[in-house]
Amino acid sequence: MNSPLNAIIIGAGHNGLTCAAYLARAGQSVLVLEAATEVGGLARNRIVANGEQLSSAAHLLHSLPQNIIKDLQLEKHGLHYAAQHLKTVSLNKDGATIVLNKQLAMGDQLSSADLLGYDRFYLDMQRFSKALLPVLGKVAPEIAIEDWRQKLDLLGLGWSIRKLGTFYMREFLRIIGMNLYDLMDEYIENTQLKAAIAMDALLGSEWGARSMGSVLTYLYRQAGELRNNTGLALPSGGMGTVSQAIAKSARQSGADIRCNSPVKHIIIDNNKAVGVVLETGEKIYADTVISNADPKQTFLKLINPDHLGTNFVRQVNNLRAKGKAGKLHLVLSQKPSFTGLDDSLLGERLVIAPGMDDIELAFNPSKYKRYPDSPILEIILPSVRDDSLCQNGQQLLSAVVQYLPYDDSTDEDQNRTAMLKVIIETLEEYAPGISDLITTAELLTPRDIEREFGISGGHWHHVELVFESFLFNRPTPLLTRHATPIDNLLLCGASCHPGGNVMGIAGRNAAQQVLRGEK
Amino acid sequence: MKKQQYDAVIVGAGHNGLVAACYLQRAGLKVLVLEKNPHIGGATTSISRYENFTYSNCSYVYSLFRQEIARELELYKFGLQVIPYEGGAQIIKNADGSYDSMGSYWHGDANRREVERFNKRDATAMERLDRDIVRQCKFIKPLLMRTPPDPTSFKPRDLMELLYLGQRFYGIGKQRMHETLRFYTMSVADYLNEYLENDALKSYLAGGATVGTALGVYSPGTAYVLLHHAMGDIDGTVGAWGFPRGGMGSVSKALNDSFIASGGTVRVDAGVSDFIVEKGKVKGVKLESGESLSANLVVSGMDVRRTFNAIDPNELPKWVIERAKHFRFRGSSGKINIALDSLPSFKGIPANSPCMTGDIHISQSMDELELAYDDWKAGKWSQKPYLDILIPSLIDPTMVPEGKHWMSVFVQYCPYKLAEGEWNETRKQAFGQHIIDRIARYSPDFKDKILHREIRTPKDIENETGMSEGNIFQGELTMDQLIFNRPIPGYAQYRSPIAGLYMCGSSNHPGGGVMGAPGANAAREVLLDLGKGK
Repeated sequence: MNSPLNAIIIGAGHNGLTCAAYLARAGQSVLVLEAATEVGGLARNRIVANGEQLSSAAHLLHSLPQNIIKDLQLEKHGLHYAAQHLKTVSLNKDGATIVLNKQLAMGDQLSSADLLGYDRFYLDMQRFSKALLPVLGKVAPEIAIEDWRQKLDLLGLGWSIRKLGTFYMREFLRIIGMNLYDLMDEYIENTQLKAAIAMDALLGSEWGARSMGSVLTYLYRQAGELRNNTGLALPSGGMGTVSQAIAKSARQSGADIRCNSPVKHIIIDNNKAVGVVLETGEKIYADTVISNADPKQTFLKLINPDHLGTNFVRQVNNLRAKGKAGKLHLVLSQKPSFTGLDDSLLGERLVIAPGMDDIELAFNPSKYKRYPDSPILEIILPSVRDDSLCQNGQQLLSAVVQYLPYDDSTDEDQNRTAMLKVIIETLEEYAPGISDLITTAELLTPRDIEREFGISGGHWHHVELVFESFLFNRPTPLLTRHATPIDNLLLCGASCHPGGNVMGIAGRNAAQQVLRGEK
Repeated sequence: MKKQQYDAVIVGAGHNGLVAACYLQRAGLKVLVLEKNPHIGGATTSISRYENFTYSNCSYVYSLFRQEIARELELYKFGLQVIPYEGGAQIIKNADGSYDSMGSYWHGDANRREVERFNKRDATAMERLDRDIVRQCKFIKPLLMRTPPDPTSFKPRDLMELLYLGQRFYGIGKQRMHETLRFYTMSVADYLNEYLENDALKSYLAGGATVGTALGVYSPGTAYVLLHHAMGDIDGTVGAWGFPRGGMGSVSKALNDSFIASGGTVRVDAGVSDFIVEKGKVKGVKLESGESLSANLVVSGMDVRRTFNAIDPNELPKWVIERAKHFRFRGSSGKINIALDSLPSFKGIPANSPCMTGDIHISQSMDELELAYDDWKAGKWSQKPYLDILIPSLIDPTMVPEGKHWMSVFVQYCPYKLAEGEWNETRKQAFGQHIIDRIARYSPDFKDKILHREIRTPKDIENETGMSEGNIFQGELTMDQLIFNRPIPGYAQYRSPIAGLYMCGSSNHPGGGVMGAPGANAAREVLLDLGKGK
């Protein structure tokens, strides 16, 4: 190896790939090192049963910004949609489904007051997500502003809130710190409708809807769809194709991506990151090392603690990183039938969340490391809209399950089996006969996700998306703006501002920081 | 309508109403206080309803009362005498079934040695924890007596206040700014987990953070309530908690006496049903008896819901009515006062321990505290509630006959709305009995000594004091209902939309607790508008 690389990126999650693509476009020489056999991290596929491809973790695309799609020419590199603007359908054991389609709520049991209330709620929340959008796209400003660029960013945030006008600015300042349960009570009465809305705030979160911060996570999720024009979308061929497209784009710009290359540790010389050592013993040097891994992996596994201060290690240890989202994968011999659900809606986003108190009852046990009796579920049947996935009338079912505790007990395997049984029983209540259609069933608990994807706690956002680790404090006060206490070592994953979901924003912003020389 | 004799009428003789009344009277206004009950004090009373036993009926400890107010209104001259209590005890049940207790002492070394008995690392960490909480206190304390700015306004006073707050925040330095932001957004459990290991010690500290709230120890946004450990002071002893001699009613009495001595007038049995408003201006008040009094300066000590319900809706902008309707008051606390024939013993607490004079706690773990909250969410009183148990008679002999005692038990959680139906006498007694059974588990001779019990559910608190839904703070203290959001964004500076009608109760900044700050701040704003202010 002659001239050292400009950058090594540890982990080919979609953010790492995005970072690589942007750096390569700018002429940097980049090597991405991935431990698994394929790229994508939480945005990749798995093979089930007879070779079908199924999204392993993230299964719906909603927050990928149009400008990243354009910059990296992702559509040219294979990003296609099997469906766009999916509706949300709240299932009901008695068949009283509620359908949400942007501003419109439909359901026989909904009063006209609730229909109006939902409309008002939707519009108000759109207004507030728009106000948040600028700050969610940029590198977070420092709390103690150091340069003019950050001053502008902070002023920009202030301005986008001021622009709301007196009445809405007051509202924004009032509701931003609220919990979604109480906020929705100001608009809507029907509990099933509220629960359908709340799903957007709760998936990937460790909190219930009554916790402060659920309005923030709700607005965060809504802001995602403001960045593109495809709404809630289903990528053709599974989420893996999105990461493959980013990887292709990166490779085309000259980046090198190596799979099956787990990194053992980061080489640090005089408080500067200078390269990495692979598990094989191979040493690779670069000007900059960027980690797509979460902070605990990065600092507690890949770096010798001698290089880190006690206060910093304490902060990293204290990070809230215990995921509560599980993943269900089913192969079905044919299309299931959900009570009261028209066949035409089978390809939409289906949720099982009967009401707000049910969400609370699903959430409570997780606080004590226990499993829920009635989990809440976000279900999609990707094969209904995407016939490339399955043959012979078979169907795939992919579901996010909340709230599963991070189970490090000795009964992990029995617990998983028991929980899978509970989930299938729950499904049976909403789709009688579905259990007979199941030919393959797999449940990934947060601990499984931790092991399979190398993410501490199996956490969706790497680090909880909550006020104490948001914006100025994300992921911790000593790790803001992608920088770390080690020179030339950056973070580029979901633990950075703004947070997780398949967006690529953290990856792009990390690249931007490198190109600006802020490392 | 009677001709106007008074310059200002205060509705409600709760402690904030009395504080506002004192300041206005001392500033030269002729002030009348109207109180619906036959007694003054609101939730700050010591009324005897059983033989010669007097209880602090609702509020029961003194610490947060602003010392500036106590001095300016000369409360000590008018008889207020506060006795700080020594410490407290956290009962601990060991794995082998035996009992111990972790005492809390004022003396730093004694306290350290005590914590060391259970966990050496925690003993050291306690010093860091105390230091960090005091730091946060120092930052926020001056803000209690300042009127919140309106962040949407371009008025000089608001811009200046925003600038002051901004400078204050930036002045603490980068690291402290991050810490402060985290402190106000974290859960008390997470915050304590960054310092301590021992579960019982954490429970002892954390339980108090849920008092009066609709939140649990694991809920984000509860850490900052730890401030109450260090925010108050008694005569200069920072962080001390104590009993006013004669019970909390002594605070109201001293305020009342100070008010009367300055020339003020109080009328009891004079509940106000409506504010008389014409064309956006207050003209007077209408009493429940039907009598009307004219006044063009009225200060309401009632909570925001009752205040706005007493105003003709046609006089209020629709959005204000909406906001006031949504201001949350969910009561979550109960209170039981118990007359005792003699001093009970507690498992794990040595007889004659000085810690008995302080707060006694029986919750064993953080999970137990959180489960208590889960019960409340489900509309039930907590199976294993957080109890704040005190026996004031150990250091204040004036409230009960010699040799006897009374116990104050504050209960978290007890819902205002029960899932099973309305509160009635049967359910109320069942609730009281449940609490007594809980205490008896840790005090074997307790039940035999009970002479009388006085039970308050949130419904009782509401009926007696007028605090909606029995919320002891006149409204929940969450980010969306604090500072410039309290009680309504746009009307968070003690003024209502009606000219001449002000608000001085805990529904206003800085909120509840027996602080007196809302009352003092409201009076200051009234005087500012009259041109008499500073």
